Amino acid sequence: MGTIVAVTGNEACAQALKQINPDVCAAYPITPATDLMQRFSSFVNDGKVDTELVLVESEHSAMSACIGAAAAGGRVATATSSQGLALMWEMLHIAAGTRLPIVMPLVNRALSAPLNIHGDHSDGMGARDTGWIQLYSENAQEAYDNTVQAFRIAEHLDIRLPAMVCMDGFIVSHSIERVEYIDDGDVKKFVGKFKTVHPLLDLDNPKSYGPLILTDMYHEYKRAQHEVMTKVPGVVLDVAADFEKMTGRKYSLFETYRLDDAEMAIVVMSSAAGTTKDIIDQYRDRGVKIGLLKPRMFRPFPFQEIADALNHVKAIAVLDRADSFGSYGPLFSEITGAVMSMKSKPAVINKIFGLGGRDYLPVQAEQVIDELIQVAETGKVEAIKEYIGVRE
Amino acid sequence: MSKKYWETLPQGSVVLEAGSSAKFKTGGWRSMRPKWIEENCIQCMFCWMYCPDMSVKVTAEGKRAEFDYDYCKGCGICALECPGKKGKKAIVMEEEGK
Repeated sequence: MGTIVAVTGNEACAQALKQINPDVCAAYPITPATDLMQRFSSFVNDGKVDTELVLVESEHSAMSACIGAAAAGGRVATATSSQGLALMWEMLHIAAGTRLPIVMPLVNRALSAPLNIHGDHSDGMGARDTGWIQLYSENAQEAYDNTVQAFRIAEHLDIRLPAMVCMDGFIVSHSIERVEYIDDGDVKKFVGKFKTVHPLLDLDNPKSYGPLILTDMYHEYKRAQHEVMTKVPGVVLDVAADFEKMTGRKYSLFETYRLDDAEMAIVVMSSAAGTTKDIIDQYRDRGVKIGLLKPRMFRPFPFQEIADALNHVKAIAVLDRADSFGSYGPLFSEITGAVMSMKSKPAVINKIFGLGGRDYLPVQAEQVIDELIQVAETGKVEAIKEYIGVRE
Repeated sequence: MSKKYWETLPQGSVVLEAGSSAKFKTGGWRSMRPKWIEENCIQCMFCWMYCPDMSVKVTAEGKRAEFDYDYCKGCGICALECPGKKGKKAIVMEEEGK
């Protein structure tokens, strides 16, 4: 079953989209996501998919066209990065508020200024409150697997929300890795036939999208939108269970690595988790009880599940590949939110790393673990938020 | 258990009933009221064309009829565009409640 290939993250995501064969893709190129949709457009040109590819004049238009196509009753996908996602801003909220299950690989990249095309999580973190489901991927395999699963999650009739599948720009999107592709027929069977809900193109039953809802009902619509998000974790786990049956690859709301008996934990997302696991192995060999927690689903954020998984540790280092100027890193804020509900109150420190594609090096993981050992021993935190790998 | 009000709202705020905006009468927003002076009307139908709502009624014969004050917001576009007859407007705006 499946085919083992050597591909980039972008290539793998394009393959997933090809196998799913969406009805409509509206896209606009932006580094480092350009290559993903460029590959997909070749599939369209070569007749490998039936997708209507709409080449629009901006990302704002790309998301607008996706919203229209999804409201019309189509299975819809697009992809973007950084400034492209930023330009989609108002439309992201409309896609979620209108409950349109659009799937979008987001190739994470830094935001201007200064102009930078390399990978960090500023774009995705900026869109955390738009109402989209967000899945983060460590490598090309996860980006591919998450894309396939995202359609099932987004389109689930209890959910019907748009979903972003995030991967680190260049580090994952442009690096060739070993990836196991699922057979076309299995992907088709897994995602199933698209079910429409209130399609605009059902002309016998005319309807209106996007009405004006003022003070009398807006508050209630937002309350309902939150409620839908609370159902997402269950669906993500169900879809992951089916996916595991098909591929043998296990997914959850987050991944833990050598965490069960750990006294200290590092929380980090995406590609940096791989480097961190290697260093954790080295410290484990020396008897240091350190483990890792890698959130996969950032929105909705699984506070209780993460609190349960970290409940036994004395100290936690949260590594953020994005910043919130004048505040802590966005992942740190969520983890401290989870810590709130714990009886044991572990010490938590925040490290900002890898902005604008700055390499996350093994030595940085070592520094973090060395500091964590001190924090766990003394219970004292010198500085909550610090930048690592910064030139001084 | 009975559902809370917010649980009964249609998914994604989609309005499933066609033409339901007719139920929402907007004439109450009006502070200026257009008045039709039939003797000055040349039946050019500019008012019907320019009305941003559908507040200029038309008879079965295609002639200008009275305003529909349930929906007219008093924007005054009809009065501005009205060519009238011999320099006399067929639509004038008057303050509501006078």
